[in-house]
Amino acid sequence: MTGRTITRADLSDAICHEVGLSRVDAAELVESVLDEVSDALTRGETVKISSFGSFSIREKAERWGRNPKTGEPARIDPRSVLVFRASHILKDRMNGIKTSGDDDLE
Amino acid sequence: MTKSELIQRLADRNPHLYVRDVERIVNTIFDEITDALTAGDRVELRGFGAFSARQREARVGRNPRTGESVTVNAKQMPFFKCGKELRERLNGK
Repeated sequence: MTGRTITRADLSDAICHEVGLSRVDAAELVESVLDEVSDALTRGETVKISSFGSFSIREKAERWGRNPKTGEPARIDPRSVLVFRASHILKDRMNGIKTSGDDDLE
Repeated sequence: MTKSELIQRLADRNPHLYVRDVERIVNTIFDEITDALTAGDRVELRGFGAFSARQREARVGRNPRTGESVTVNAKQMPFFKCGKELRERLNGK
């Protein structure tokens, strides 16, 4: 473990090297990718990236919780949450398992 | 939306790029995130979310069919936390 934090700038750099785009263009493309994924999710679509994982929206019902400070009951509004489900290929790679097979995303 | 649909959308928005380059760009992004997680690094994309590697301790599990004890090795799991901006967008704010 190196404990680094990768940011948009690192992704842009990688695109510069890989595809030979200018830094400005690469940064714009990174943003476009994130925008397209966000837009699809906002439309309620599931986004499936083969060999990486899928992002989907789960609808949570209203429920009653408590204000942890005062102990008073508090209504928690119904809301949408984003769930990321990693593909087996990603999980295996993180654990040093080489997979050659196809994807597991349905 | 699948990865190929994502690539097609980006290609439509960027007519000056070859589709194969758009494909390489998309693959590079997800490969970089995968490599970072494999190295135990964090990936923070402000407004979108953050990917990190979580450690799972070794444990004794059970084969659900036979009830036999099996040891489950320690492993790393990818974890994604949605960013504030995206979370608010998903809830129409």
